Amino acid sequence: MISLKDIKKSYVLPKVTVEVLKGIDLEVAEKELVAIMGPSGSGKSTLLHIIGCLDRPTSGTYILHDLDVSLKTDNELAEIRNREIGFVFQSFNLLPRFPAWKNIELPLLYSGVLAKERKQRAMEMLRKVGLSHRAEHYPNELSGGEQQRAAIARALINEPAIILADEPTGNLDSRSGREIIDIFRGLNKEGVTIVLVTHEKEIAEQAARIITIRDGVCQDGCY
Amino acid sequence: MDVIEIIKVSKDSLMSNKVRSFLTMLGVIIGVAAVILLVSIGEGARTYIHRELGNLGTNILIVVPGKTSAKGGFHPPEASTVRKLIYDDALLIKRRAKHVDDAVPLMFGSAKVKYLNQSRDNSIAGSTETYFSIRNLKVDSGRFITGSEVDAKRKVCILGRTVKRDLFGDKNALGALVSIGDSKYRVVGVMEKKGVTLGIDFDDIVFIPTTAAQELFDTDRLFNITIKVKSASELHEATEEVKQILIKRHAGKEDFTVMSQDEMLGVMNKILNIMTAVLAGIAAISLVVGGIGIMNIMLVSVRERTREIGIRKALGAKNSDILLQFLVESMTLSLIGGTGGILFAGTVSFIIPYFIEFLPTQLELWSIVLAFLFSAAVGIFFGVYPARKASLYDPITALRYE
Repeated sequence: MISLKDIKKSYVLPKVTVEVLKGIDLEVAEKELVAIMGPSGSGKSTLLHIIGCLDRPTSGTYILHDLDVSLKTDNELAEIRNREIGFVFQSFNLLPRFPAWKNIELPLLYSGVLAKERKQRAMEMLRKVGLSHRAEHYPNELSGGEQQRAAIARALINEPAIILADEPTGNLDSRSGREIIDIFRGLNKEGVTIVLVTHEKEIAEQAARIITIRDGVCQDGCY
Repeated sequence: MDVIEIIKVSKDSLMSNKVRSFLTMLGVIIGVAAVILLVSIGEGARTYIHRELGNLGTNILIVVPGKTSAKGGFHPPEASTVRKLIYDDALLIKRRAKHVDDAVPLMFGSAKVKYLNQSRDNSIAGSTETYFSIRNLKVDSGRFITGSEVDAKRKVCILGRTVKRDLFGDKNALGALVSIGDSKYRVVGVMEKKGVTLGIDFDDIVFIPTTAAQELFDTDRLFNITIKVKSASELHEATEEVKQILIKRHAGKEDFTVMSQDEMLGVMNKILNIMTAVLAGIAAISLVVGGIGIMNIMLVSVRERTREIGIRKALGAKNSDILLQFLVESMTLSLIGGTGGILFAGTVSFIIPYFIEFLPTQLELWSIVLAFLFSAAVGIFFGVYPARKASLYDPITALRYE
């Protein structure tokens, strides 16, 4: 499903060029739950952004669903992000000025779903993550765990095939963190492919496979 | 993307910063209101002049000595070659010109008017019996000068309201003797209140027969000859006729000017148009300044919401979605500002006539439409740059922005 070949990414700074990814080969099969580990600065977030079509590799090929992503325009990438991929961030990234259900319906806004259906589906998602009673609450009125559950609901609302999570438990206490991981495991059982970046060993151990990145190269688990 | 949703989103973001949004709109409000108000004052002034000239009688020609052109430029009469207009010129016009109803030889000057121990320096107009009807003037009590009084150089006078009040107070003035210059005049009438018309205060004038005025001012030089033409369609013929008659009397020289009220109106219209255009142009500049204010605030808003832009992009917003969102926001600012400006201008132009009597404002639909469209255009024009900037943010950088 996800196939990366010799992916390189470098950033050109005024004086030096920093090569963050130095040639990564990676395969993720459908319905897999994989964890990407590595020390900070190893390039795991950058890798996740490339998988998520938020960023383009400097070189290499990325095949998603048999399609070569590097040939896509920016607008097509936006569409892929909208329909195929759900993002979960460490800092939740909910819009503070909108109540929970408004945040959750956001992806549907960009896929042309009408208001009535948007709200209905947002409510459904809230139920799924156990936040029905928080629909009208604003992000700052929710606990960290609740915010992350709302963010997961937002990631799921367009029924994407892939969920990408960047340190989803990083800002949470261990109990909330376990809850989030349980949600991911449940989703994975339903058939959603999940890639999560973490540096917590016990979180990563919940995954079927652990990929270790170090200094921009794949050290382990990339196949 | 759902347009209604975009509008809702921009409403939310504008409402979350009420004071800032209002101050930004204020620039547009002032600009739009200034354009509409200045145009409405200009139009009001035009209506005012039309009405006032109408009040002073219609189908009127005025002959003044010296050659001037109503169409621009003034040629100073050379004293030696300009023949003055005299009483007989008016009589001849009245007798000879077929298109002319009446011709009044008018004299104008000032003299000391005195009654008992009250006295004032006053404008004195010498006229014949028909002047009042030509100029739509009316007497409140008594009567106007009669033809026989003019012929007999009878020393009678009609007092304007202000003159009467100053000299007589509440007492009856009819029949009293006032001294004008060195002679005694009998008051035969008091004028009805007329007020200031085109800068002339008709309440502050004393009317006496032209013949008496010749004696009073010791000259036969007329101020002008006021001519009443039979009908509006004969104005042109009458002008020619009057010219022919006077040229013959003035040794073949056209050393006088015949002006019609329409011509004067034309000149004033031209001046007013230029003034209105200049003022509206200046006001339009303030609208542009308001637009720059919008751009400024939108740039701040884009910067503040960098992270939001990143989030929206990560969730699948295309560049065009982001562009539209911010563009709608700046347009909302400018359109609400525009509407506010229209309401404000409407209110003010409604109130102005209550405070400034002689300024009848007149709201013009075209100026409202123009100002509104202009404010919308300002919103788009000054919104494009910030919105485009927002739409081009790199999602990763935007997401990392704190």
